[in-house]
Amino acid sequence: MPYLTQTVISLDALVAQVTHAQVGGIATFLGVVRDHHEGRSVRRLEYSAYPAMAEAECGRLVSEAESRWPCRVALAHRVGPLEIGETAVAIAVGSAHRAEAFEACRWILEELKHRVPIWKREYYVDGSEAWVDPTAPSGIQSGQSAPR
Amino acid sequence: MTATTRRSAPQLQIPVLLFARYAELLGTPRLELELPIGCTVGAALAVLREQPGAEALPAQLLVARNLERVDLEARLVSGDELAILPPMAGG
Repeated sequence: MPYLTQTVISLDALVAQVTHAQVGGIATFLGVVRDHHEGRSVRRLEYSAYPAMAEAECGRLVSEAESRWPCRVALAHRVGPLEIGETAVAIAVGSAHRAEAFEACRWILEELKHRVPIWKREYYVDGSEAWVDPTAPSGIQSGQSAPR
Repeated sequence: MTATTRRSAPQLQIPVLLFARYAELLGTPRLELELPIGCTVGAALAVLREQPGAEALPAQLLVARNLERVDLEARLVSGDELAILPPMAGG
């Protein structure tokens, strides 16, 4: 099953993927679209990706997590246009005990942000738009003009 | 070492994929670079930087080869595909 999807993410489906008789705890995370970023009012956004590499990198992340912790991982990330409140990323981690599930879930999300080639374009309430750069002080990629 | 010199010498044809802001800057999601055999990733970036619009690219670039991050010292071979990755913003 691909990790990237153009359609609504079902957390239930991810949880089902990691549920089995040996699992005693399932940690889940949902990243949802919020209506503001660095003081700017966001109307909607659009994720784009390098699909082949994003799929490969998500696969590597899941394999790494499952070798670091005794767990099963399910992961999905939206691409395309998203409205405020929609789920952009969802992670479910099942393991025998809660500690591994929480740790692995957090690790996957942090790694995903640095390693999976996905980009976010924000469309602001005032009609402007910009590519997000989490590493930039302004929160958007340099050379763009977005009012605050 | 430019995209147009040494046409008679053996050359590599390396596709370069561009995404998001970088595709906008260069006006295309994909271009093909003609590079000398044995060319490094860093040397390929130097050729890329001669393209129109590339002057606005940042000094440090994240590069992937065949779907994996790669160092500037790595040598390209026929069939390789490069991708120049803007700062990632998933999650």
